[in-house]
Amino acid sequence: MTALLVSIALGVLAASGLYLMLRARTFDLVLGLTLLSYAVNLFLFFMGRLASGAAPIIGGGRAPTLAAYADPLPQALVLTAIVIGFAMTALLLVIALRTRAETGSDHVDGRERASK
Amino acid sequence: MTAGAVLPWLALLPFAAALALAALPNGRRRSAAWLAGGAALLGCALLAWLAAPVFAGEVPHWSVEWLPALGLRLGFRLDGLAWTFALLVLGIGALVVLYAAYYLDAKDPPARFFMFLMLFMGAMLGVVLADNLVLLVVFWEMTSLSSFLLIGFWHADAQKGQDAREGARMAFTITGAGGLCLLAGVLLIGQIVGSTDLDVVLASGDVLRAHPMYPVALVLVLLGAFTKSAQFPFHFWLPHAMAAPTPVSAYLHSATMVKCGVFLLARLYPALGHAEPWFWIVSLTGLVTLLLGAWTALFKHDLKGLLAYSTISHLGLITLLFGLDEPLAVVAGVFHILNHAVFKASLFMAAGIIDHETGTRDMRRLNGLWKYMPWTGALASVAAAAMAGVPLVNGFLSKEMFFGEALAKQSHATMDWLLPIGATLAGAFGVAYSARFIHDVFFNGEPVGLERTPHEPPRFMRVPVELLVLLCLAVGLVPALSIGPLLALAARAALFGPNAGTLPDYTLALWHGFNLPLLMSCIALGLGAALYFGLQRRVNLHRLEHVPATPRKSGRDIFAGTQRLGLGRAGRTTAQLQSGRLQRYLATLVLVALAAGALPFIGGGAQAGPSVESPAPGFAFVLLWGIGMAATVATVLLHRQRLMALLMLGAVGLMVSLAFVRFAAPDLALTQLLVEMATVMLMMLALHWLPETSPRERDDGIWHRGRDLLIALAAGAGVAALAWMVLGRPFDSISPYFLSHAVPQGGGANAVNVIIVDFRAFDTLGEVVVMGIAALVIHALLAGWQPPFRPALPPNPQDSHPLMLALVSRLLLPLALLVSVYLFLRGHNLPGGGFVAGLVLALALMLQFVANGQAYVGQRLRTHFQPWIGWGLLIAGATGIGSWCFGASLLTTSYDYPLWPLIGEVPLASASLFDLGVFLTVAGATLLALLSLARLSAAGGRGMEPPP
Repeated sequence: MTALLVSIALGVLAASGLYLMLRARTFDLVLGLTLLSYAVNLFLFFMGRLASGAAPIIGGGRAPTLAAYADPLPQALVLTAIVIGFAMTALLLVIALRTRAETGSDHVDGRERASK
Repeated sequence: MTAGAVLPWLALLPFAAALALAALPNGRRRSAAWLAGGAALLGCALLAWLAAPVFAGEVPHWSVEWLPALGLRLGFRLDGLAWTFALLVLGIGALVVLYAAYYLDAKDPPARFFMFLMLFMGAMLGVVLADNLVLLVVFWEMTSLSSFLLIGFWHADAQKGQDAREGARMAFTITGAGGLCLLAGVLLIGQIVGSTDLDVVLASGDVLRAHPMYPVALVLVLLGAFTKSAQFPFHFWLPHAMAAPTPVSAYLHSATMVKCGVFLLARLYPALGHAEPWFWIVSLTGLVTLLLGAWTALFKHDLKGLLAYSTISHLGLITLLFGLDEPLAVVAGVFHILNHAVFKASLFMAAGIIDHETGTRDMRRLNGLWKYMPWTGALASVAAAAMAGVPLVNGFLSKEMFFGEALAKQSHATMDWLLPIGATLAGAFGVAYSARFIHDVFFNGEPVGLERTPHEPPRFMRVPVELLVLLCLAVGLVPALSIGPLLALAARAALFGPNAGTLPDYTLALWHGFNLPLLMSCIALGLGAALYFGLQRRVNLHRLEHVPATPRKSGRDIFAGTQRLGLGRAGRTTAQLQSGRLQRYLATLVLVALAAGALPFIGGGAQAGPSVESPAPGFAFVLLWGIGMAATVATVLLHRQRLMALLMLGAVGLMVSLAFVRFAAPDLALTQLLVEMATVMLMMLALHWLPETSPRERDDGIWHRGRDLLIALAAGAGVAALAWMVLGRPFDSISPYFLSHAVPQGGGANAVNVIIVDFRAFDTLGEVVVMGIAALVIHALLAGWQPPFRPALPPNPQDSHPLMLALVSRLLLPLALLVSVYLFLRGHNLPGGGFVAGLVLALALMLQFVANGQAYVGQRLRTHFQPWIGWGLLIAGATGIGSWCFGASLLTTSYDYPLWPLIGEVPLASASLFDLGVFLTVAGATLLALLSLARLSAAGGRGMEPPP
């Protein structure tokens, strides 16, 4: 049941993120990208399965197995990914901002689309 | 030194000269020419030294391992044929250098010219000396490349540039494509024989010819040879390559590069010859080329054009001789290669002198030059006589042999009369265009509209022509003495390769008595003279714009048409793909990813859901899940009101953070929480300079949005399905290793942190570098820059900072800093570490900005944060490199638990030093990014209205 809920959550996050990324404005794109990176980070995290054990802080005489502890490897990967994701969001925002100042438009193409 | 050990030096010599020339400042024509000429002469000397063993019948070898996995060796081999060709390449190369030293214009960069020439010479020597077919192909393509550079030498010239570029491109496309065919053929031969080693291939003729793939290999190799030697129907590139400077034409397009093809025929004759397909393909191609080239040459008004078509025709003759598949014909073919190289090089040089002295190569304007330059005229006449096959000069002898072979070959009833008639006819055309070359240029009236009065060229510009003409005469008068031994040497290698064999009987002499070949020569001479003078009288060649009896559409037109078609198609396809609309790119990307993801499931790859029971969710989780989903959907629905959407996004982030808590990942929860705060802050700062709302797009109708929604939902469904299927499966992980080794090897109980700073520290190093770069780019983009318009919400001067927040934040600052240090120190054993601590520090400082404003903080905080990034990376990197000092590999850690007074036992791993680097970089990068944006807001924009 938990697996199902988690899967649905991942799907909704990814779909929402992608829909926003397909919008024409830079800020919407940044919002979408943030949602998508939540989805990706969680996906990666859950590849260590839905942990039933303790946090991966060794101690208390438990055997070093995945039955006793949550999987530390995806956690380590996701931790750095979260921070890098922040740096990239910041860079993207600044580029969006400069682009708007240079081109006078916050359309992702750098210019307003002419009417059809 | 053994003979073989000299070979690599010989092969490297031109490349070394090219390297030296590249270093030479442009404009030093004399030193450049000396360098290039010296290299060629030194090569000749080496070759002379090698003559003794080669003429004694030895075949010096030299080789080293090249690609042992493929059984390839890089090596050189000097048999009689290679020696003879090397002599051509180096000897004529030296003469061409001397000639070019006088030919080049003051504005032509001499060092570059000679460098290209040396590159070509090296490539050509490589082709000749290679002891392996693959190596031969490599050098072969190198000749195409260097000749591209040489033909296009005047590419930037206002008048000649267009032709030079077009000619170079055409030559390169055709000969390069031929080279690829040759490569395929060579690989096929390698497959059949089991080796591409030349000695093995040449000894395996019977195996090759008996193999069912023999015709394929033959055709592929011949395509390479025919494109290079300008055989019909690939001949059309050669006339256009005449856009090259004349020394290049004299060298590449008479003596060497175009001889590559016929060299290959001679080289592989023992392996591929002696077969029906060889006879038919090679001889018929040669015959057609011979006749077509000779006929066309007669009607060209351009001196070099005439010579180019004459070259095509002579190459056809040589090809035909090899195609006849008779021992004596091969001897004649080798003989004619040598003769043609000598007389055609001198003719090109003479044409270059005429061009140089008169400023034109158009025979309709060049007339009666004899009285201005008699010496050049005399030299050119002798060389032209050789080209026509007049007795007493070298061309006559090989042509007699050719006539004799054309008569003697007995294969098929039609060929038996076609060959002698074709040969005589081609001979007549040859006489006619040779007569035109001399008569039209040096006699036939007066020059028309020349800009200057022509005179003899500088003394040393004529020397190469004189030497070559002298050779023509020497060979023509005393052949057995002058060329006999060399011809026997080369012919033996061409006929038998490394195998044993005896040369057919032939005598090299001027006079063979009255026989049929002599009669054919007489007919050709008479007919040719009659043809030329008849055409000149009756039709006046000068008025003919088109070559009679040939199609209007030339090979060049077909080539250009094909090229236009290809470029047009490519352009349209590119325009369609690169529409400049980023949304479309992204949609394409998502669709492709979807298709790629779905592909494995088509055809029953998908299996039913979970086999592992997942835990029951529990009320708290369902609540968390519900809020998260609602906030996600709200972000999408509210995305036009950006501030609202941002708040919703923050809520999603918090739920993600709680999800990490729920699933036993405290480090992630902390990081996510802190990053969420920083992100929201960042976006609010950015929103200051972006529109408050997203406008409804003109083209964003219901259909457009529906389509996007469909794509997004499909992708989301894919992600969900994938996650659902993975989560239900049992899995085998490498993680127990990290769990069990974290304490004994990394000295830390927090397995996540140990992985980050120890087991996978190299990844982390890369990641903090990326983070540092991103922050520095942001700084570079924003430092000193001011938006040209006002912010969306101009700051209100009356809007003071809330007192409570300001006071509390100031009180909290030391505490927050302490928390940061605490989190950093405990990170190796408990949740925390450099990433988290760095973010806490950054946010503690940012809180001061929010609560107290730019002015307050600006007065107190005078730090720049770029050095933080630098120091952080330096510390992390140095820690990693430090392990080298202890003989360990990069980023190896060691640890201890020293007892500190008052504090107690503190874990001190060298990884903590690394983590300090991470801490500094993360804090510095986060602060730099946030402060760059914050300073922008504090400075305010310039007065313009914000754009819509």
